[in-house]
Amino acid sequence: MIKTCDVAIIGAGPAGANAGIMAASQGCRTIIIDEQAKAGGQIWRAKSAAIKSAPNTPETIDGDRLRASIDASNVTHIANARVWQIERELEKWVLRLIINGRSEKIVSKVLILATGAREYVQPTPGWTLPGVIGLAGATALIKQDLVIPGKKIVVSGTGPLIFYVASEIRRLGGEVSAIVTPNSPVDWMYAIPSMFSRPELLWRGFVWVADLLLSGTPIFWRNVIKQIDGETKVQSVTVSKVNNDWSPLDQKRLIEADSVCIGYGLQAATETSQLSGIDLKHQPELGGWVPEVWENGETAIDGLFVCGDGTGIRGAAAAEIHGKLVGLSAAEIITSNVNFPRSALLTSFRRASRFGMAMTALSIPRKGLQKLTTDKTIMCRCESLRRCDIEHQMEAGAATINAIKSGSRAGMGPCGGKYCQTAIAKLIAEKEHRTEAEIIPPTPRPPLRPVPASELSGEFEYTDLPIPKPAPL
Amino acid sequence: MMRLIPNHTSQIKRAKEISFRFDGQTIKAHQGETILVALMGNGIKHLRDAPVDVKPRGAFCCIGLCQECVVKVDGQLVESCRKIATDGLVVQSLRQ
Ligand code: FES
Repeated sequence: MIKTCDVAIIGAGPAGANAGIMAASQGCRTIIIDEQAKAGGQIWRAKSAAIKSAPNTPETIDGDRLRASIDASNVTHIANARVWQIERELEKWVLRLIINGRSEKIVSKVLILATGAREYVQPTPGWTLPGVIGLAGATALIKQDLVIPGKKIVVSGTGPLIFYVASEIRRLGGEVSAIVTPNSPVDWMYAIPSMFSRPELLWRGFVWVADLLLSGTPIFWRNVIKQIDGETKVQSVTVSKVNNDWSPLDQKRLIEADSVCIGYGLQAATETSQLSGIDLKHQPELGGWVPEVWENGETAIDGLFVCGDGTGIRGAAAAEIHGKLVGLSAAEIITSNVNFPRSALLTSFRRASRFGMAMTALSIPRKGLQKLTTDKTIMCRCESLRRCDIEHQMEAGAATINAIKSGSRAGMGPCGGKYCQTAIAKLIAEKEHRTEAEIIPPTPRPPLRPVPASELSGEFEYTDLPIPKPAPL
Repeated sequence: MMRLIPNHTSQIKRAKEISFRFDGQTIKAHQGETILVALMGNGIKHLRDAPVDVKPRGAFCCIGLCQECVVKVDGQLVESCRKIATDGLVVQSLRQ
């Protein structure tokens, strides 16, 4: 089936949903496409049908409010849909998606990318054991099905997310064996002034930490998980202190655990931006590589906008406002009657960004963290490639991620490189004495999302599916 | 012990129970939850073996990106973190 519209938006999180509502309010025919069953993105992920009732949290309240405003608007929300290809045809955007095994095509004048963030996890010995999940993954389990991954959970990583996850585990009746973070209390003190722009969030953070302290949950500041131990499942974690650049030190401590939630900050998910032809730039303060986008969401390409965390990690509050701003910018292309004051939005966007960027600053991995990835640590989970296998490719002359890809298949597996490319880029930078800004991320190739052939039916031709070719050297 | 974060478990009402088969074992689930959540609730985390080193793997991203949680349903590979468990479903792991 082919659908046409004025504005198509990929992603129904705080940014995408607000962009859609705003564009529709200005009279644009607007479609929002999203992977999940309900709108909300990762931050406001809705509860599954398995939950009949449960107490509200700030996230469920904000999420329900967002979903109600989509329902009240003229936006068409296409749920459970995966966009796997984006093309430019005759001055229009053509999106190919799969919804429950059916293929659909959307043709739109304007395209807004609101694909949010992905999590960085530094490959660590034992991180492939069943029972180790990403911090972001833990939030998905918690929000969608109100479940926690184990009985004795170690929560580890950077920034505020560890305290949120630990506290949600406690709310859902679980036991947090320990919190392990390379951040120090002093790092947090430096962040507090910027956090005063959102006093309610600052307060919430205090409650999380105070509750953990009252419950006697050990918080190991300036520590990292050096290794996760176990044969077929997690049995314990080995933690060690870090120095100022987060290099792990020698002395160790063992903590018993049956599961681990781990994450080292968020990065903009840039695949859709890259595939649509936007150049990237390296901005560590926004989480790393981000697309070249102006504050109003415009890009160098006609009719193409990006909003929210997909432009750099500024957090949900900023994403909501950015969505509105970019929805206005998009509407201006479609109609000349756009009528909405921008300046107040801009002021609050900048204010919310300050808070979000202070959290990003806490979360960004420092250089020493790379030392967690030992010689035999698996870096590419899909193809079970260890650091030594990848270094072997580099010694054979591969100096870019694309070259490593075609030499060793790192990043060619079903995950599309999402979980190894940043770690590999850091490794190349270190080995070649270059900066991360010099190691250009690999070119994404469609399909953007895994498309099992067996799921396809309908008008879709299997030959339409571009099979990724090995990347050029 | 004093707690500032209340324990909400008793206030959560879940949907009715269903059951499905996982590698021949009966797994109880709540209607509407994913295969992954149901397996996790039954303490099962090892879902497949990795290529090359044949080491155990399980869900990692929990949102349909990493493909670590893939299992077989009706001969098709599905992401257990996205596929909703239904009554009588027959699920196979990719363990070797
Ligand atoms: S756990 Fe990553 S795709 Fe399911």
